[in-house]
Amino acid sequence: MDQVSHVTKAESRNLNFYYSNGAHALKGINMPLYENKITALIGPSGCGKSTFLRCFNRMHDLYPGNRYDGQIVMHPDNTNILADGVDPIEVRMRISMVFQKPNPFPKSIYENVAYGLRVRGGKNKKVIDDKVEQALRGAALWDEVKDRLNDLAFNLSGGQQQRLCIARALATDPEIMLFDEPTSALDPIATASIEELMTELRNKLTILVVTHNMQQAARVSDYTAYMYLGDLVEFSKTDDIFIKPKDKRTEDYITGRIG
Amino acid sequence: METNLHRSSQFNEELERLRDDVIHMGTLIENQIKMATQAYVHNDVSAALQVLDNDNQVNDLEKAIDDECIHIIVKRQPTASDLRLIMSIGKIVTDLERMGDETKKIAKSVRNLQKPLHPLPADMLGIRHLADLATKQLQGALSTFAHLDTGEARSVILADDALDAEFKATVRQLITYMMEDPRTISAALEMMTMARAFERIGDHTTNIAEQVIYIAEGRDIRHTSID
Ligand SMILES: Nc1ncnc2c1ncn2[C@@H]1O[C@H](COP(=O)(O)OP(=O)(O)OP(=O)(O)O)[C@@H](O)[C@H]1O
Ligand SMILES: [Mg+2]
Repeated sequence: MDQVSHVTKAESRNLNFYYSNGAHALKGINMPLYENKITALIGPSGCGKSTFLRCFNRMHDLYPGNRYDGQIVMHPDNTNILADGVDPIEVRMRISMVFQKPNPFPKSIYENVAYGLRVRGGKNKKVIDDKVEQALRGAALWDEVKDRLNDLAFNLSGGQQQRLCIARALATDPEIMLFDEPTSALDPIATASIEELMTELRNKLTILVVTHNMQQAARVSDYTAYMYLGDLVEFSKTDDIFIKPKDKRTEDYITGRIG
Repeated sequence: METNLHRSSQFNEELERLRDDVIHMGTLIENQIKMATQAYVHNDVSAALQVLDNDNQVNDLEKAIDDECIHIIVKRQPTASDLRLIMSIGKIVTDLERMGDETKKIAKSVRNLQKPLHPLPADMLGIRHLADLATKQLQGALSTFAHLDTGEARSVILADDALDAEFKATVRQLITYMMEDPRTISAALEMMTMARAFERIGDHTTNIAEQVIYIAEGRDIRHTSID
């Protein structure tokens, strides 16, 4: 509908990924992430969504024998984050991840958010206090927890824990945020608040979200990518994917047909 | 679109039933048009009254199909071709219902012509011709919908020009009669109403054909030129 030109924040270029057992999980993926947009990644179980997401924060490096081939280039600096000389910790500062199940540390609410800042070398208490507040506000959690910052994070509800994880991810001012099925463990109300939060976060950063929920993809994303067996089948505006997909395989998947 | 079935056999059945109901409603309208035409040709007022009475069924079907569409949207959250089908059916039944209204106008004119009116100097063959063309258009539109055949849909859209031309010719003829002999005005105006109704039925058939193209191709060709 709108022909507003979009800026590419990052893109995978001919990205292949092989697990240590030789499984070829990503097959030459070329895909952009547009700046200040939400891109949803959909596809049947095992098609490679999580594998693709984890390439962006070099999560696969943690296991020996895994192999990348191709590039993920970040803009505007043109850094290939998969290049040998690039420090994965640096990458994870720029690109942070929120997981399916809320996974706060067994620490206070405050410490959960401050953690990333301390890792980064932050020592000044006043600066860290400000950053924690800012991140909690950014995650729409501040008003609910400001009087109990020293409570254990586990005492929060599931939805609050997930927002806390988002605050933790926000604290280091990432440019890109990755979400792997961020609401699949949440009830509809908590899900709605996370979705709303994502659309607000979009103003500040770029989002890539894996979801099994078609309605969620349709609700929150600007662009949708459909993956199948390690291939990127279709990347389009979300409206186009859900109204008039170009590829028959996409159509069969989103309409729930037998391919 | 037919080749692959949904994982949910219930969803398959719901879509099948919905399409059958649209065809059923269309066939009902077709019969109404035929009966109204017969009423005109044989000057059969009881047939005209029957057409007026049957219109309730058309309205009931429109509501029932609308309900089915809403039900499927709520329950299945349809996407892509399913979504286009359901949105388009919502529009198609509106067109069918309007055709029903036009048919009612024809039946009312037949009824009004029973009053002792000054007759027209010649039989209005144009009206019969319009009735014929309109009926064919509707049959074409329904067949197009049943098969989701976009080639046929384009023919239906183009064929509507013949109906428009016949309508204009009929109007010209009626105006001539009225100018020649003002006593014919009452009867001529009834004829005019009928001719107009058939012409409008044709317009609705092209709307249906446009919806079929949208369902099948995802292209919205409304308000564009087909050729
Ligand atoms: N550690 C691993 N070692 C070997 N193969 C793996 C490993 N993790 C995933 N795979 C394989 O890689 C493929 C892609 O898996 P991935 O987890 O990316 O799928 P997914 O699209 O995220 O699926 P889901 O929707 O179920 O989360 C699958 O065939 C999977 O079996
Ligand atoms: Mg996964």
